[in-house]
Amino acid sequence: MFDYNFHWRPVLKSLPDLLEAGLLTLQVAALSMVIGIVIGLVLALIRMHMRGPLYWLATSWVELARNTPALFQLFFFGFGLGAFGLHLSPFIIVLCGLSFNCAGYLAENFRGGFQAVPDTQLRAARSLGMNAWQAYTRIVIPQVFRIVYHPLTNQLVWAVLMSSLGMLVGFRELSGETQFFASRTFRIFEYFAVTAVIYYVIVKFILAISRLLAMRLFRY
Amino acid sequence: MNETISFFSGFNINDLWFLGEAAMRTLWISVLSISIGTVLGGFFGWLLYEGRLTAALTIAPVLDIFRSVPLIIQLVLFYNFAPIVGLDLDPFGSGVVILTIYTAALVANVARGGIEAVERPMRRAARSLGLSYWQDMRYVVLPIGGRAVFPAWVGVALGVMKDSALVSVLGYVELLKASQILITRTQEPFLILIIAGAFYFALSFPISRYAAKLEQRWAQ
Repeated sequence: MFDYNFHWRPVLKSLPDLLEAGLLTLQVAALSMVIGIVIGLVLALIRMHMRGPLYWLATSWVELARNTPALFQLFFFGFGLGAFGLHLSPFIIVLCGLSFNCAGYLAENFRGGFQAVPDTQLRAARSLGMNAWQAYTRIVIPQVFRIVYHPLTNQLVWAVLMSSLGMLVGFRELSGETQFFASRTFRIFEYFAVTAVIYYVIVKFILAISRLLAMRLFRY
Repeated sequence: MNETISFFSGFNINDLWFLGEAAMRTLWISVLSISIGTVLGGFFGWLLYEGRLTAALTIAPVLDIFRSVPLIIQLVLFYNFAPIVGLDLDPFGSGVVILTIYTAALVANVARGGIEAVERPMRRAARSLGLSYWQDMRYVVLPIGGRAVFPAWVGVALGVMKDSALVSVLGYVELLKASQILITRTQEPFLILIIAGAFYFALSFPISRYAAKLEQRWAQ
């Protein structure tokens, strides 16, 4: 029944390359998170305060991002735009796809966060003599941040996990690199097992950092 | 003399049927994995709640692994691992197994949250009215806790439905794989991806909307 010989040597030999690809994974995930946060904030504010075409644009963005598979979104940026002669590099495809997805999910989180801060907080701040900018940056945003902090962490983890789809559009991040080595040596199981461990460590690392940061940020 | 061989042919109505069939396969693999996974996940959630330390030391870390490793890696890993231990699984079988475990890992946390959402005094009251442990579970915890976490469960279920697109990596012809096959033949990526996206959207959007409505109604 069990006559398979595991060969770990080729995996060990390419471990440095895999770790480097892991860094690339972290980079693309972090970058798409930053873009996603900015766009997500804009989308959330539009959906809360505006009517008309902008509102519908923001709503369609959010619903499309949340109701179609991330892989479909990647393919769309990869192959769909190719129909218009727009050929993006794999890195840009993954970055666009992940940012699009993150922005959609984060917009809903932000909206929930803003709605959870009662209006009276803003009015109280204004009546104490703060101008609108001060009231927002000193009273509302800190409270919203506290509410969305946990979802933000989760979304970053999701972004790391989703970046693995890059291997299907030819991006050589951790999964793509693994696929590359695996198809060269046919040690598919061994390579992907090691990659799974690396992903696990990355995710645990992010969660640990986030927990430490939360302890520091939300002490009182 | 002037005959040319065309490798590509345009998109026609039969292809729409082909995509529709593939959408049914997406639906089938999702429904199968979500239903088995939910039952399993409910059981795990109950174990996590009742088992406390033992469960925290045994099944919790295992479930955690399935949440911290990209689904695509899990699929490839399992698909290549099954033959090693002598299991003869087709892409569909492997897909169902992994999607089921993945669902169970996500639902376990949801289910535990649901049991925790029912306050202790309520359960003590139920027990002191003469209900047995299982009656208490069935008639008190299930309706109240179930309502509390229903939106979260819908989120998980829709997530798994969208993630089932990844089974295409193993070669199972579901919606996304079917659209790729058509793209290769017709060379019309934009149109076909739009149609595939519309299918996903049509599967996911009504359910998420309905769940949001239900949540609102229950909140009153």
